[in-house]
Amino acid sequence: MHLVFIALFLALLIGCQRDDGLPIDADEVTEPAYGDTIIQGSIGEPSTLIPALASDSASSDINGLVYSGLVRYDKNLEIEGELAESWEISDDGLTLTFHLRRGVTWHDGAPFTSADVMFTYELMVDPNTPTAYADRYLQVVAAEAPDPYTFRVHYAEPLASALISWGLAIHPRHLLEGQDVTRSPLARAPIGTGPFRFVQWVSGQRLILEANPDYFEGRPYVNRVIYRIIPDSATMFLELQAGNLDQMGLTPIQYARQTETATFQRRFNKFRYPASSYVYLGYNLRRPLFEDRRVRQALTYAINRQEIVDGVLLGLGQVAHGPYKPGTWPYNANVRQYPYDPQRALELLAEAGWRDTTGDGLLDKDGRTLSFTILTNQGNDQRIKAGEIIQRRLSEIGIDVRLRVIEWASFLKEFVTPGNFDAIIMGWTIPPDPDAFAVWHSSRTRPGELNFIGFENAEVDGLLERGRHTLDQDERKRYYHRFQEILAEEQPYTFLFVPDALPVVARRFRGIEPAPAGIGHNFIRWYVPEGEQRHQW
Amino acid sequence: MLRYLAKRLLMMIPLLLGITLISFVVIHLAPGEPTDLQVELNPEASVELKERLRAQYDLDKPLLVQYGLWLKRLAVLDFGDSFSQDRRPVLEKIAERLPITILINVLSIGLILLVATPIGILSAVRQNSLFDRITTVFVFIGFATPSFWLALLLMDYLGVRLGLFPISGIQSLWHEYYGWGGQLWDRLHHLMLPVFVSAFGGLAGFSRYMRSNMLEVVRQDYILTARAKGLSERVVIYKHALRNALLPVITILGLSVPSLIGGSVIFETIFAIPGMGKLFFDSVMMRDYPVIMGVLVMGAVLTLVGNLIADISYALADPRIRNT
Repeated sequence: MHLVFIALFLALLIGCQRDDGLPIDADEVTEPAYGDTIIQGSIGEPSTLIPALASDSASSDINGLVYSGLVRYDKNLEIEGELAESWEISDDGLTLTFHLRRGVTWHDGAPFTSADVMFTYELMVDPNTPTAYADRYLQVVAAEAPDPYTFRVHYAEPLASALISWGLAIHPRHLLEGQDVTRSPLARAPIGTGPFRFVQWVSGQRLILEANPDYFEGRPYVNRVIYRIIPDSATMFLELQAGNLDQMGLTPIQYARQTETATFQRRFNKFRYPASSYVYLGYNLRRPLFEDRRVRQALTYAINRQEIVDGVLLGLGQVAHGPYKPGTWPYNANVRQYPYDPQRALELLAEAGWRDTTGDGLLDKDGRTLSFTILTNQGNDQRIKAGEIIQRRLSEIGIDVRLRVIEWASFLKEFVTPGNFDAIIMGWTIPPDPDAFAVWHSSRTRPGELNFIGFENAEVDGLLERGRHTLDQDERKRYYHRFQEILAEEQPYTFLFVPDALPVVARRFRGIEPAPAGIGHNFIRWYVPEGEQRHQW
Repeated sequence: MLRYLAKRLLMMIPLLLGITLISFVVIHLAPGEPTDLQVELNPEASVELKERLRAQYDLDKPLLVQYGLWLKRLAVLDFGDSFSQDRRPVLEKIAERLPITILINVLSIGLILLVATPIGILSAVRQNSLFDRITTVFVFIGFATPSFWLALLLMDYLGVRLGLFPISGIQSLWHEYYGWGGQLWDRLHHLMLPVFVSAFGGLAGFSRYMRSNMLEVVRQDYILTARAKGLSERVVIYKHALRNALLPVITILGLSVPSLIGGSVIFETIFAIPGMGKLFFDSVMMRDYPVIMGVLVMGAVLTLVGNLIADISYALADPRIRNT
């Protein structure tokens, strides 16, 4: 009798197996249709929806859909107009004049004019605005709005990133003027001019946007965007598999090992392209140990970076040779490279005076063994694993390396900012504009500044200064190519890898075009064919 | 009794002040500041900008001055605004997250009591029986199972493969479109896995505790007397023994009052539950001092009140305490 019940119960359970969804042929030609909801997973909760104040990625994702700037990057990372229909740059490169679109309205119906742009500029340079983005706007010497559809700024010297700096989100003057921006209700309920309007934000749970029917480039096809806040990546992946999410970013192991099933491929499209970031091992050049260039070159030779890409990223990335993204215009592919060659590393170290004279298996010089500590931050598995692989490879040629993992805030305050480290594993994002002044110029080596490894090179200084004040792209390219050659020769960092971005989207969404800018550039053109729409809302 | 109560209440003030002062100093001793995390490693932010931000948060003032400012606000029950970029009032942030944490904790304590009490009694009454041995094994498995692992296992099997339970969150996306009955069921349905997982570990410990209490009580002379009077085993166990065995349990429940608002980070993270544990953890990571202080003050007040209630109950029960 009991067995019968158990059998019945099991039959019931098996009967509950989820429907795996209809097979969909993504190449099938379909008509774009309005409707449906896309549900995206987000690890973090946005902090504030006032773009000037936000500096986290969850907030920028949402702000990017709600607000627009005067210009933006297109799918090939070229600058195109958004709220600006056109612009002129004066011959001396000092004045920028934007001609704004007419007929654009804010989500509350108010008209958008140059007064909003002027207000946004004033907001950014106001010392009472707690924004992290003021610097580029503080270089403006004068701004004017001669008529409702013209906005003009003057600079004291040409600034290469001046144009793209106006990609900043334009804030509504009629709602923010004369108020304390940090206490504005817009922080929780934004009003912009972008393709999506804000609907609802339930703290810690979800944020809902809906298509803006009056968007100046046409109403987005997808009716609603829901961000679900799921702080754990394993949980998010389970929600995706259960069909409760349509889009998320995968980890390498999820991409390579857990999504290869036929069921998954029938329901989702996986994408893969280089992310705009790189991870590096940076040496503190103020420490005597790293003063000798040959030592730094030897370390790069002794680290098998392909092994790190294969082991840590499961092959989903590439070895980095410099600070720019492979395939973009500033990237120089012809710099000196350092294939894994421990023998060559030992030769270089011997030239620099490091030999194993005591026979203990460790290299030494003047009675001091070759040892140092690598620091990295807690919470980033890829960096910690890369550190472990580096540690092993270096110990094979007689270098004693310790690895310490430190909580993020302490890591910054106690070690990075005061320059209190031998070597660190960290990462930088790669912005589309190649201006690397803040990270590599010798004037940026004070505590708290970004050249915390203390890299100083007169030629690099000159190249970076010219690069940021030159508007001609070919000329800039020459400067930045030379800059990369010097970095490759000097090896102040061992550039480790550029990971791949691994987004996954439910197959019913069509019109996705992977491009150098990723997959989000034409989000308003994504659609679900009528027969496949899942949500009424 | 009133004098005793007034004395205890007055003593709580310096105690609370001491707790807040120590907490304030300790959290500021931890390296890193909220402003570092907002502007550090941002190529567009300059050192001057960071100073400006610090001034806006009063972080440039001496620590004791900052504490004074904080205390002044607290005097009018203003916990200040969060230092995170949303700058929302601390009380609002806590109020948003407190109910769900309390609900889950209360439900899971209820579940623990409901299940663990009979298990504990039975294994004590039938000491060394097969039932006792099986529950012992079960208890050790319960102790040893990491809750995050159990949670993921259940989410994968019951949530993804069988689709029986929601995987994460506390309500479905379409919650507001349901009727009130549907909404209630939706909430309950979402709470089942989290409450089960959160109760699972406690179940083991509590049933052991119940068992040993019971074993101790049944060895007492008055139980022997009860049996000698010829009372049935049922009456002896459930009327005479159980009551006394439950007394220390009530003390334990009293002690768990502060943990009601604590919550658990790991557990809330995995189930994507916007609770107090996650709020506290995030604010510590972000060095969001006002939120950290807000949560700590609430915890301290609750602990003090819990102690006071316990003391009052003891005093009511034992007049000797009142006079000391």
